[in-house]
Amino acid sequence: MKKALSGPKRGEPITLRTFTEPAAYLAPFMICLLIFTVYPFVNVILLSFREDYSLISGSYTGVGLGNYTQIFQDPHFINALKNTGMYVLMVVPVSTALSLLIATFLNSSIKLQGLFQTCYFLPMVTSITAVGLVWKWMFNYDYGLINYFFSLFGIAPVNWLNDPRYNLAALIIYGIWSMMPFTIILLLSGYQNINPQYYTAAKVDGAGASRIFFRITVPLLAPTLGLTMIINVISASKVFTELFPLFNGKPGSAYSLYTVVYYLFDMFYKQWQLGPAAASAVILFIIVLIFTLLQLRIQRKWKNY
Amino acid sequence: MKLAKKTLIYLVLTIGALMMVLPFFWMLVSSLKTAAEVNTTPPTFLPQTPVFENYVYAFAKAPFLTYFRNSVIVTVCCVVCTMFTTILAAFAFSRLKFPGRDVLFSLLLSMMMIPFEMLIITNYTTVMHMGLLDKLPALIVPFCASIFYTYILRNFFLAIPDSLYYSARVDGASNWRYLWRIMVPMAKPALVTIGLLNAIACWNSFLWTVVVTDSKEVRTLPFGLYAFMTSSGIRYERLMAAATIVVIPMILLFIFCRKSIVTGVSRGGLKG
Repeated sequence: MKKALSGPKRGEPITLRTFTEPAAYLAPFMICLLIFTVYPFVNVILLSFREDYSLISGSYTGVGLGNYTQIFQDPHFINALKNTGMYVLMVVPVSTALSLLIATFLNSSIKLQGLFQTCYFLPMVTSITAVGLVWKWMFNYDYGLINYFFSLFGIAPVNWLNDPRYNLAALIIYGIWSMMPFTIILLLSGYQNINPQYYTAAKVDGAGASRIFFRITVPLLAPTLGLTMIINVISASKVFTELFPLFNGKPGSAYSLYTVVYYLFDMFYKQWQLGPAAASAVILFIIVLIFTLLQLRIQRKWKNY
Repeated sequence: MKLAKKTLIYLVLTIGALMMVLPFFWMLVSSLKTAAEVNTTPPTFLPQTPVFENYVYAFAKAPFLTYFRNSVIVTVCCVVCTMFTTILAAFAFSRLKFPGRDVLFSLLLSMMMIPFEMLIITNYTTVMHMGLLDKLPALIVPFCASIFYTYILRNFFLAIPDSLYYSARVDGASNWRYLWRIMVPMAKPALVTIGLLNAIACWNSFLWTVVVTDSKEVRTLPFGLYAFMTSSGIRYERLMAAATIVVIPMILLFIFCRKSIVTGVSRGGLKG
């Protein structure tokens, strides 16, 4: 209590007035937050335990784990977990590795910094739907740019979007491309946060370039790298919008490319099965929660640097 | 040795940059081709004679001007409302003192990890009860309070020295006056960054838009583009023209405000 009271009003008695002014300032923010974040969060958890819930009447037959057993027996949900896991496992490491290379080079004193940055960061601001449509066109079997490049190297054309075996690969390639800008920005600012005095000291001591890289750059960049990867794991776990332009709103050409968020959307918006939809939402939250806790741990450690 | 290294760096960076802009280049080029030229192998890298008929077709076939207007309305309203709630809340959390303030703030911070995708089910019902389904406000009201932006702005406010506050108070300025006359002008860079990030997110929002809107009159550009694809068939030269219409405003915004956007992203990503 005493700590919270420190400041200009220290020692003043707590009266109604202590709260009225802050409350007035906080009201618009808190009201919006309560209605659209706090209440739905609590509600979706409750919903996930209500069996045979009906949106119209608000009635349900019982409270239990029925929705969870249902989704875990649903092959589409298992498929969604597998695809999302595979997507995260491929997209995050590959895009991080490529971004690390680019960020390292961008960080060395080069000319045309502005032009390069514009090129590399552009995909970040553009709509997934619009750019996804361009990728759909580039993945086209007959006239797509990618199969054309393949043909230059004598590789047979791949039916990216209509052969279910290649659907996930197409999604992953697009995912790597669209994740890179954000990753490069974070790594670049990680580089710029490294105190230049370390490098000066190392050079004075006569350390070579590779020694400097592995003894100074790598350990000092490691927290940023770890943090970036976790943020990317969280955002990649929510892969969804990309499916709309690439597969006309279907989860892959043969309905084999469900993702966790797509399953949630499908259960809720197309099938109106609110219970299972809520259960899959809670599973999504648990996935995000685990990685956020990891992120917090790294951040706490990072403060020591 | 030094020259070889420099060459390598420029080579890798150039190839990478080309890969990143290739889809945008290909979008623009394809949109200027005729139907016959689009479906040729090998593809032509510049249109033989640029044609604008695909843009004419896109505008004639789908109300892209309405979509554009809707996107602008939603984005502007979203940014204005978010700014208002953010400025007031950030002020309360940085300048005003009240018991439990810091506890409340850490509680809010922990709520940042709730994914929005999780909330759509209940928010849909709420918006329905408000009678806003298939109306533009439905795309605005759920996004009027952002914990993340409040966090960024609060940190900025905290960095403004206390002495300014006390001298303003001695001069008889109220908290309200102090906030709008001194703090807000000083926090302009942070506000610009927040506004830009918010505008980009609003402009490109898709999942929620699909869930709560249906009719043509209230579609925003990304959803309008998707509807255009499903309704008028896969004709890539036309789709690319439509995609260009959607993407151009954000590209222009980015080219003019790159520094603020990049600062915002790195600040938000790492110190969040």
